[in-house]
Amino acid sequence: MNTWPDTLFQLIQSVLVVTLAPLLLGWINQCRAWLQNRRGAGPLQPYRELHKLFHKEVVLAHHASALFRMAPYIRFGSMWLAAAIVPVLATDLPFSPAADVIALVGVFAFSRVFLALAAMDVGTAFGSLGARREMLVSFLAEPALLMVFFNASLISHSTQLTTIVETLSHHTLMLHPSMAFAAAAFLMVLLAENARIPVDNPATHLELTMIHEAMTLEYSARHLALIEWSSHIKLMTYTTLGIALFAPWGIAQAGDWRAVPLAVAALLFKLGLAGAGLALLETLSAKLRLFRAPEFLGTAFLLAVLGLLTYFLRIS
Amino acid sequence: MAFPCHDFQPLSSGAVLTADHRTDAAGWRVYCETAYKKGGRLIALWGSDERPQGEGYAIHAALMASEGIDCLTLPLEAERPAYPSIDDLFPAALRMQRAAYDLLGIFASGAADHREWLRHGAWPAGFFPLRYDFAGDATFPPQENTYPFVRVAGEGVHEIPVGPVHAGTIEPGHFRFSVIGERVLRLEERFGYTHKGVEKRFERLNLAEGVKLAGRVSGDSTVAYAWAYSMACESLAKITPPPRAIWLRALWLERERVANHLGDLGFLANDAAFAFGLTQFSCLKEDMLRTHHTLFGHRYLMDAIIPGGVRHNLNAQGMARIIAEIGKIEETLPILKEIYEDHAGLQDRFLGAGRVSPETALNLGVTGLAGRASGQVWDLRVQLPPPPYDQLDVHIASSQDGDVAARVAVRFDEAKESLRLIHLILDRMPGGDIWTPLPETSGKAFGLGLMEGWRGEVLVALHSDGEHIQRAHLHDPSWQNWPVLEHAILGNAVPDFPLINKSFNLSYSGHDL
Repeated sequence: MNTWPDTLFQLIQSVLVVTLAPLLLGWINQCRAWLQNRRGAGPLQPYRELHKLFHKEVVLAHHASALFRMAPYIRFGSMWLAAAIVPVLATDLPFSPAADVIALVGVFAFSRVFLALAAMDVGTAFGSLGARREMLVSFLAEPALLMVFFNASLISHSTQLTTIVETLSHHTLMLHPSMAFAAAAFLMVLLAENARIPVDNPATHLELTMIHEAMTLEYSARHLALIEWSSHIKLMTYTTLGIALFAPWGIAQAGDWRAVPLAVAALLFKLGLAGAGLALLETLSAKLRLFRAPEFLGTAFLLAVLGLLTYFLRIS
Repeated sequence: MAFPCHDFQPLSSGAVLTADHRTDAAGWRVYCETAYKKGGRLIALWGSDERPQGEGYAIHAALMASEGIDCLTLPLEAERPAYPSIDDLFPAALRMQRAAYDLLGIFASGAADHREWLRHGAWPAGFFPLRYDFAGDATFPPQENTYPFVRVAGEGVHEIPVGPVHAGTIEPGHFRFSVIGERVLRLEERFGYTHKGVEKRFERLNLAEGVKLAGRVSGDSTVAYAWAYSMACESLAKITPPPRAIWLRALWLERERVANHLGDLGFLANDAAFAFGLTQFSCLKEDMLRTHHTLFGHRYLMDAIIPGGVRHNLNAQGMARIIAEIGKIEETLPILKEIYEDHAGLQDRFLGAGRVSPETALNLGVTGLAGRASGQVWDLRVQLPPPPYDQLDVHIASSQDGDVAARVAVRFDEAKESLRLIHLILDRMPGGDIWTPLPETSGKAFGLGLMEGWRGEVLVALHSDGEHIQRAHLHDPSWQNWPVLEHAILGNAVPDFPLINKSFNLSYSGHDL
């Protein structure tokens, strides 16, 4: 098998995901602004902010260790890796077999551990406060996410994302009620894991309420830019993951170059829709009390398990 | 000794009923105890340096009863000035006593706390900036300053220091949380970061000039401060401003109240990440501010009120604009209120958060809006109405719940009531002059002004030597309510603090002066 066009395609796809990630956030923020009767800063605003941060001078705490300086690069690298695992435009890419959904969850956890350690590294109260809260949220979100994946794995008999997407998109049309439960659970995990309302508020300046932001308070300039950018990529990865699992129609098969323009159009359309939907959800919600977050994620887990039960009821 | 033991006289401007008397150390304690037992409240406590008049120092207290305001003065000796503390009766007095020591070196014997309060190492211990022999232009090298916070010990207890520099652009204050997990065991506040010597600055001003500075003590309450200051000047000079001026002042005070309540209601939702509320309320508030700018020359109505009257008049066109604008707010407010009340997520954040029970509120002397939300049904406009409120029959808004939801509800009710008052004021506004010149005053004189701002009672006390201000004391209701916040947060989770804090929305600048 001639792999070089596939490799090229893999490269194009991951670069595309990484460069388009800030646009998705910008689009969500723009939709939120519209829904609040504001004019908004335009969907390109995250790029401007990244540009600004990359041109600033880094300010480091005197006693910051190498871990603190490395963490943004590790996080950015892991998010890029995660983005490369998810089939966005085409299935069966050379990189995809490298890791399955369980490994994907592991990649997210890996980057989170480093960010939490870095947050505690400088020893400010807010760093450890944020790290503690982030861990509370993520240790509840992770099992729910795994359960969502298992729903899809049961249908496709594989934990390979490419196989899952192949099964769901290119085989005979079949309705999967279990996937409806999984979709609801996934949406809740997406909100929690990406520090969105109602679990966290990405726009807040109130340090005592922060979860994710509290961990990054000590970062500046390019370090902060990388962390922000990797958060954009994470949101993008989650969204494309949701699309791949629950609305994979239109995705191209590897090597099928003719299907690519259609795949790009379908992807952009679906991302636009998902962004608007997220914005609507966030506009309608208030932030939960911190101690309601476990209930929220417990519900997500329960829904995912209900999905599994539905599947087993169906085949028995 | 009975309370009240004096004839309350209306301030010469026809404003609040006051009595003024001097006492000795024993009488001071007895008087305060009697006032406390009769349900009186401490409004303000301040010291003054009377040595230029050949006396020592003096400590003053303004006590409020349903009959009127009583101003108590206790002369103190020039060497080692000390007075019996009253913080065991009125807990709010504690920080005022500490501030009085930092500024004047007069000592509250028997007080529960003698740590410095406003002094942050900007001047050395043993130096007192409000004494008259300090010219106000000396500079000191920064002093080493370690403040002994109260430590909470125990398994798993740790401290979260917050501020004075915050992640957002807000005023500086330091909050020291002792927490276990996310539960707050204790909160200790540290203020004084915005101390800028406002009261010292007054010493070089004459009565008419002072109003500009008084209006800038706390920008969101500029009308209340300027009015209280002007009332103090007018009572000192024994004049009454023209009726139209007084009605215009009331119009502005109610508009200031509405604008602040609208802004707070928006920010309260925003602190619960419900940004929709903020944009809607900000829109309403911004319209009001723009109307202020067009009609009265300043968005927050600064410098509109001057001693003897007001600076801006209102014509029929302006009146029509205000009526149209009020109508729009009256239309929108119930809709937004319904959205707030029907929003499960928002109500879950508001209900039960930061509860101050009526008993605690009574003990701590909570005042103003926060007091009314905790069953302390005091409103100067109702109990001791200065003109024109004596003709307006203000309906008081209150709640017994004392949580964030109660403070939100009281804001909605007060905004609605103020809108009703604005209609009445516009209806009944008399014609005529808007300003009377202040006559020349001579000799030592004392003036007092008191006004119910949107946060609570603002008090201005003026000691004058006839031409210049000798001592001006401006009291913000935040003095009473900041300590209450330390109680409101107990047992709540750390991330709920910003919301609880916002529901009080107290002033740093008005407190630190």
